[in-house]
Amino acid sequence: MAKLRMNQAITLAIAEEMERDRRVVVFGEDIAEAEGSFKTSEGLLSRFGPERVRDTPISEMGFLGMAVGAAVTGLRPVVEIMFIEFLGVAMDQLVTEAALMNYLSGHKLNAPLTVRASVGSGLGFGCQHSQTLERWLIGTPGLKIAVASGARCAYGLTKAAIRDDDPVVVLEPRPLYGRREDFEPGEDAVFALGKGEVVKAGTDVTIVALGQTVGTALAAAEAAEWSGEVIDLRTIQPWDNEIVRTSLAKTGRLVTVEENQYTGGWGADIVSFAATQCYSDLNAPPVRVTAPDVPVPYGTPLEERYLPSSGYVGQQISSLLKTGLRPDHWWEDEQ
Amino acid sequence: MSQGVLGTEQPLGRRAAVQASRTERYARMVEIRLVEESVLKLFGEGIIPGTTHTCQGQEAVCVGIAAATRPTDTVACTYRGHGMALALGATREAVLGEILGRQIGCMGGLGGSMHLSDPSVGLLPTFAIVGAGIPVATGAALTAQVLGTDAVAISVFGDGSANIGAFHEALNLAAIWKLPVVFVCENNLYGEYTRIDRTTPVTDIAVRATSYAIPSDIVDGQDVDEVYAAVAAAVERARQGGGPTLVEAKTYRYAGHSRSDKATYRPAGELDKWLERDPITLFGQKLVSESAADQSELDAIKNHAGALIDQALELVLASPPPTHAQMLAPITATGR
Repeated sequence: MAKLRMNQAITLAIAEEMERDRRVVVFGEDIAEAEGSFKTSEGLLSRFGPERVRDTPISEMGFLGMAVGAAVTGLRPVVEIMFIEFLGVAMDQLVTEAALMNYLSGHKLNAPLTVRASVGSGLGFGCQHSQTLERWLIGTPGLKIAVASGARCAYGLTKAAIRDDDPVVVLEPRPLYGRREDFEPGEDAVFALGKGEVVKAGTDVTIVALGQTVGTALAAAEAAEWSGEVIDLRTIQPWDNEIVRTSLAKTGRLVTVEENQYTGGWGADIVSFAATQCYSDLNAPPVRVTAPDVPVPYGTPLEERYLPSSGYVGQQISSLLKTGLRPDHWWEDEQ
Repeated sequence: MSQGVLGTEQPLGRRAAVQASRTERYARMVEIRLVEESVLKLFGEGIIPGTTHTCQGQEAVCVGIAAATRPTDTVACTYRGHGMALALGATREAVLGEILGRQIGCMGGLGGSMHLSDPSVGLLPTFAIVGAGIPVATGAALTAQVLGTDAVAISVFGDGSANIGAFHEALNLAAIWKLPVVFVCENNLYGEYTRIDRTTPVTDIAVRATSYAIPSDIVDGQDVDEVYAAVAAAVERARQGGGPTLVEAKTYRYAGHSRSDKATYRPAGELDKWLERDPITLFGQKLVSESAADQSELDAIKNHAGALIDQALELVLASPPPTHAQMLAPITATGR
């Protein structure tokens, strides 16, 4: 067993994959000499050398494009986008080039590329450094999207992403980097992309969570009088239909807990699936617990209100169970 | 006519031919010109919907690049890529088939005119986003450096690409890491519908190499020998670990940006001036003056090329459009 912070688990996963496969190279801003602004590449430069571990200029369009070219010609690059917002300037290379490489080559070429990015709010970074933005990517054919919910999950997803033959985006919630978790590293800890995990079994309600909200949902379920089944979705493209279907057949109620704003969030797809394909299993309207459709606010009081807390999630679910109706979002009550 | 000129060889053989023989380079330039003329004609007849970007006038640049590089080198070029694909060795059927959206095309007819590829001769899928291929080529050079192969990457782009961030970021990265990549700018004076002097404060794109401390060269893009020599020198420097070079080829696009563009924005007489320096005519005259070929051989090459393109078109028009199954096929490696 190892008790590791999430950033240490990510570093370990990358190091093990670099050891295993000399085609794995790592580059990004401040990742080599400075060992990553979130310390996710500690020791990699000294262990693997400057050929395979490189600091880039502040130049996402350039270095993400390079990663695409390197991937398609034989390397397995792992690139770091320090904050997911910085992906904006490099989006073309991810969604229009990397994701379509297999298609545009008549299936002759692949881009085995891992793009890591920090996401999420809760650290007081303000509206341009606190978003999750996975919705920019959902629906892009050819792209896989995974989101880590802690050290063990980050380790398993990072290794799976590096080994995958397609472009994979691994999103890492920033507030979790420093949190420790006990787990057993090794081959058994590598996750299959596209598979979720039941992290707490229950019978009254299925709670689907992702990334930072897995901990929130778990805390809510553990404190509640009702019996919640908490699913860590882990991958949102492709996502695990079956785990949700199986759970709903048991509970009859669906709640998604999302860090993103309401409109266009990943939970909309889960709810759509449940409403159209698990209709007969549902005993109540599906509910989405999300942030409001506003920029992430600065300052602790507002940021704490913005993010779904475990107390708020618990209240929403209790209300659903009691009334059988969709509870109002907190901001609806204040408008 | 030399044996095998414009024959029905496979891509690697076609590539070897332009590497080995100047007559073959002439023949390939003729082939490209005739293919592009056919393409515009077919689009004009409404056989294919959508758009296409042809390269008449720029044949010497793509053939010079193909002659100076190996099939194991990687080439990332643009949506004006029919000529580059044919020059590198892609077959007439693969290129015309793709442009016409048929199964015989190089990506089964799902890509179209802007999306050609042939990994067997080093051609990455042609980039339809201006400038996007420049960092990708640079990444291919990173692979060569890390794995210690002697492969080189070639990034081919237009003057219009020289104002997008990808160009500057890629040159900067290639320079600091001393990557084996050759940047070839086809300066045809127009970025889409707009003349270079309205979008770009410098006349020569090559001067921008100075900002990144890399060597550069300016060549007559209508002279295939000159393009070949400059690209070959840059490729050799890259192979020897000397890092990147920016080569600017001054050339001209006879047709408009795309098939619907009549290019009325060009000043009167400009096209005629460039037609006087047509790369195929110039090279033919040179071969004759050097006694490397006589006029009857050149005429025969043209007739032969025309006949082969007609044959290819017959095959292409007999090939069906792609199926639903092709459209719905998984596009991830793990999905197949």
